[in-house]
Amino acid sequence: MAYKKRFDGRGFDETRPIETKVGIIKKADGSAMFKIGNTVAYAAVYGPRELHPRFLQNPVKGLLRVHYNMMPFSGHGERVRPGTSRRGKEISMVTEKALIPVLDLAEFPNAVVDVFIELPQTDAGTRCAGITAASMALADAGLNMKDLVAAVAVGRVDDQIVVDLTYDEEAYEDGTVADIPVAVLPNSGKVTLLQMDGELKREDLKKALEKAQKTAKDIYEVQKKALKERFKAKEVPK
Amino acid sequence: MSRMTKEHILNALAKGMRFDGRKPEDFREITVEYGVTKSAEGSARVKIGDTEIIAGVKMGVETPYPDTQDKGNLMVNAELLPLSSPDFEPGPPGMEAIELARVVDRGIRESGAIDVKALCITEGEKVWSVMIDICTINSDGNLIDASALAAIAALKDAKFPKYEDEKIDYMEKTDKALPLKKEPVTVTVFKIDSQFIVDPTDEEEKNADARLTAAIIKDGTICAMQKGGDTPLNVDEIDKMLSLAQEKAKEIRSKL
Repeated sequence: MAYKKRFDGRGFDETRPIETKVGIIKKADGSAMFKIGNTVAYAAVYGPRELHPRFLQNPVKGLLRVHYNMMPFSGHGERVRPGTSRRGKEISMVTEKALIPVLDLAEFPNAVVDVFIELPQTDAGTRCAGITAASMALADAGLNMKDLVAAVAVGRVDDQIVVDLTYDEEAYEDGTVADIPVAVLPNSGKVTLLQMDGELKREDLKKALEKAQKTAKDIYEVQKKALKERFKAKEVPK
Repeated sequence: MSRMTKEHILNALAKGMRFDGRKPEDFREITVEYGVTKSAEGSARVKIGDTEIIAGVKMGVETPYPDTQDKGNLMVNAELLPLSSPDFEPGPPGMEAIELARVVDRGIRESGAIDVKALCITEGEKVWSVMIDICTINSDGNLIDASALAAIAALKDAKFPKYEDEKIDYMEKTDKALPLKKEPVTVTVFKIDSQFIVDPTDEEEKNADARLTAAIIKDGTICAMQKGGDTPLNVDEIDKMLSLAQEKAKEIRSKL
C-alpha cells in the first residue's frame, strides 16, 4: 500500500488553506491569529514589562517567556483538562528557543516579554501555528526583529514526503509515519525548531527540510501581507 | 486606578455621560457568533464592545452523582487567559475566575435551562455530562454578562456526538440538540458612588463600589443572584438595580 492521494485531496507539497490576521487582541501589546486548515492559533505579546519574581531579572539581557495552552474544548476527543501539562511545558520551551534567535534580548535588560499562545481549535500542527502567530505578534508589539519565524510540519506518510500533516495523516496506519515540526527563519533558511516523531532515513530528512524551507518562504509572504494590512488599519481616519 | 479617574467618571455620570459617549444604562454593541470551534460539541463567540469571550461545550458519558442518579451532570469552568489582559497571570484559576464560573453555573442550573433528566442514559449508571468552558480573549470589563451569554449561546449551538456501543465518536456529531428548556440571560448592574451603570469598561469596573448580578429568564423571573464589591446596598437600591437588569435582559435576549 502506498500513500497515493492525501486524505483531503491536497498536493503533497501543499499546505492547508491559511488565514491570518494581526492585531486581534486590543489589550495586548501585539497579537496575531494564524489559521491553517482546522488548526487555529492565537498569540498575544505583553512587554517588555517588569519581570517577577525579581531574582529572574538579568541586567545583561531580557527574558522571553512563552506559555502554550490548548483551550479545554480544542482537542480531538474528550475535553482537555485545563492547567499545565508536561506536553504544554515542553512546547512552550521549544517555542521560546524557536523565537529567541530573531530577537535582541539585550534590548530589554531586567525585563520580560511574555508570549501567550492559545488554541481554540486543533487538527495537528499546533506548535507550528503557534510559533508562526507568535512571531507576527512580536512584530506587532514593535520589537526589533532580525527576521520573522515561519513554522510548518513536514514528514513522511508511508512512501511520500508531505507538507503540513493533519491529525488523520499523523495517525496513518497502513505504513510508517514521520512527523517533523520545523521552524525556519525565512530569509536565511536556518532552522530554529526541529523535532521528530517516527522513523525516517537521513536522505528523506534532507528532502523534507528543503520542503519546509520552501513552505516557510510562502508562509513568510502571508505573514508580511498581514502585518502590512495591520499597519494600514492603524492610520488615523481623517 | 487613581482617585482622579474615579472623580472624572463621576463628574461625567453626573451629566448622564460616560467616557465612550454612552448613557449610564447603555450596553456597548453586542454580537453573538455560533459554531466558532469545530472541536467542541457547541461553541459561541460573544463580543460586548472590546470584551471578547469564547465558550465551548464538550460532552462526555459519566456515572451520575450519588444524589442525582437519573440526571445528567453540568459543569462550568472559566479561564481568565493571560492572553486577554495584562492583569491576568498564568496558573490555576484565582478567586475572580472561580466566582465567574460559579455565577454563570448558577444562572444555568437554577433556571433549569437544561433538562438534566433527558441527559440520563441508564439510571444510576450512565449519564451525559455537559462541560462548559469559558475563555477570555480580550478582557475589557463586564466579563460576567459576556461569559453567561457565551455559555448559553454555546449550549444552543451544541449537538450530541455519536454514541454507539458505549463509546463516543467525537468526530461524528448527530443532529440532536441539547434538551434546552430555558434561556437565562445575565445582567450585572454596577454602583459607582450613587450612580448605577451597566456594561462597564475595565476602567469603570475597577472604580465601581458594588455590583449586583441577576440571571433572568424570559418572563422576567430572577433565578440567580450575586452581590459583589465592598460597599453595602440598601433594599431600595437593590430593587432599582434589579428593575434595570430586567429591562436590559430583554435587550440582550434579542441577540441570541
